[in-house]
Amino acid sequence: MVEAIRRRLVIASTALLMLALPLVADRLAMPDLVALGTQVAIYAVAAVGLDLLIGYTGLSSFGHAGFFGLGGYVVGILAFHAADGSLFLGVVPGATAAWIAWPAAILISALAALAIGALSLRTSGVSFIMITLAFAQMLFYLFVSIKTYGGDDGLGFRRRNALPWINPRDDVAFYYVCLAVLALVLAACHRLVRSRFGIVLLGIKQNERRMAAIGLDGGRYKLAVFTLAGAIAGLAGALQANLLRFVSPDMLHWTMSGDFMVMVVLGGVGTLVGPVFGAAAMVLLQSWLTQWTEHWMIVMGPVLVAVILLTRRGIWGALAGRR
Amino acid sequence: MLEVRGLKAGYGMSAVLTDISLSIGAGEVATLLGRNGMGKTTTVRAIMGMLAPRGGEIYFSGQRIDGLTSDAIARRGIGLVPEGRLIFPTLTVRENLIATAANRLGAVIPWTLPRIYGLFPRLAERAGQRGGTLSGGEQQMLAIGRALMTNPQLLILDEATEGLAPLMRDEIWRCVAGLKAAGQSILIIDKNIVALKKLADRHHIVEKGRTVWVGNRAELETAGDIVRRSLGL
Repeated sequence: MVEAIRRRLVIASTALLMLALPLVADRLAMPDLVALGTQVAIYAVAAVGLDLLIGYTGLSSFGHAGFFGLGGYVVGILAFHAADGSLFLGVVPGATAAWIAWPAAILISALAALAIGALSLRTSGVSFIMITLAFAQMLFYLFVSIKTYGGDDGLGFRRRNALPWINPRDDVAFYYVCLAVLALVLAACHRLVRSRFGIVLLGIKQNERRMAAIGLDGGRYKLAVFTLAGAIAGLAGALQANLLRFVSPDMLHWTMSGDFMVMVVLGGVGTLVGPVFGAAAMVLLQSWLTQWTEHWMIVMGPVLVAVILLTRRGIWGALAGRR
Repeated sequence: MLEVRGLKAGYGMSAVLTDISLSIGAGEVATLLGRNGMGKTTTVRAIMGMLAPRGGEIYFSGQRIDGLTSDAIARRGIGLVPEGRLIFPTLTVRENLIATAANRLGAVIPWTLPRIYGLFPRLAERAGQRGGTLSGGEQQMLAIGRALMTNPQLLILDEATEGLAPLMRDEIWRCVAGLKAAGQSILIIDKNIVALKKLADRHHIVEKGRTVWVGNRAELETAGDIVRRSLGL
């Protein structure tokens, strides 16, 4: 009971802080805080999706950045073709409206996750980690090699995707859009993990063969959640492309997949809310430490080790109790 | 309903089952008896597709099921309560029950949470508790409840009373008798011959991977030698 109140208090105060961030930034005359907050929200979206895999299904995917980058590139490529009026593959016209570009990013990432999942989920354990990594690296090299879309240098575009009633140049408005997306993704995932589907995922995580003996084909459930996580990562990628108005193969690099994993572990595996704290810790520490040294990971590494050793469920576990 | 003919199976180089045959009719309760290490659980694993048979045939509701995956076999209507119970320890009692619930074969009066709770009132009291925190007997009830929630045509109980206190055993046998009265087909693998004599319609005795004796309740009473030799009674 006390724990439940404590959890609610932590969530409420965090939500309040995030809602008030632009005001705080204004008062402290630190406008960069809004950009940092936006980055936290976007990474958190992707990390929450990854937590569905790692925390609830026991699937340690090392290819999450592949779908994140793919979502970003869908936005970038559509903007590129909209700018010069050309057609993608000679068929698809460009687009700058969010209501076209963002669902397209989600759809393409989901389809890629469906295809990659269908192949990689035939394996498990270390093989699964390696095969997801390999697929993401294939996507990385694919985009490095496509010179039309900037290759190694990436692809920039002038304006964020247009949203009704929102000025795309307004950073604070975009921050709130990202925050709203994060809230929606969290609410949807929260409902999902408490549904029968979520219970089955937990059962699969504990023992897939046991599930099969009772008549459930774990493979279909795993593929469904892998596709969903890919779709969520694609949405986060679309937001990331909008934040920077730039996409590059870095978004697809394996180190980005590693960062998402770190966010999940740091925040608290299997907690959904935890990865939001993980993303915040990662972005803020990186921003703060890079002022002192380029090798910020030297500090981040021990922090990660300490959190894993000293807490049961990451930052979330330390803040909100053990459950 | 279930017909196993000349089943052969094993692990690696060792052949555990050399010639297992058994049959269970609709609404019947049958047993698979034998000492430890004779191949009873291996038979169940082979029936459920967890171990690929090396020979023989398995028919369920007239269709051949050997070679199918375990989830496909379970979906055809076989509900397994495995040895060691194997519930999901971090899911609550309620979650354990609803995770795999299904009425694929369109049972007229399907098993629901209230019906399971009616059969095992203890589970209702512990609905929000994690499976791993239940006592052995309660976990066994949960495992049976979980299997029933798939509305199986055939229920297989593998060592359902193993390691339970006598009172808890009686509770399990009482529930099995209730299921039998309701027309549920059940295959029981157990060593508790005394309780099974009263309960089962047909018995199969297994020795070193072979079915060595098949008979009904009355025949078991008079089959002195084989019962003594195979079951140590």
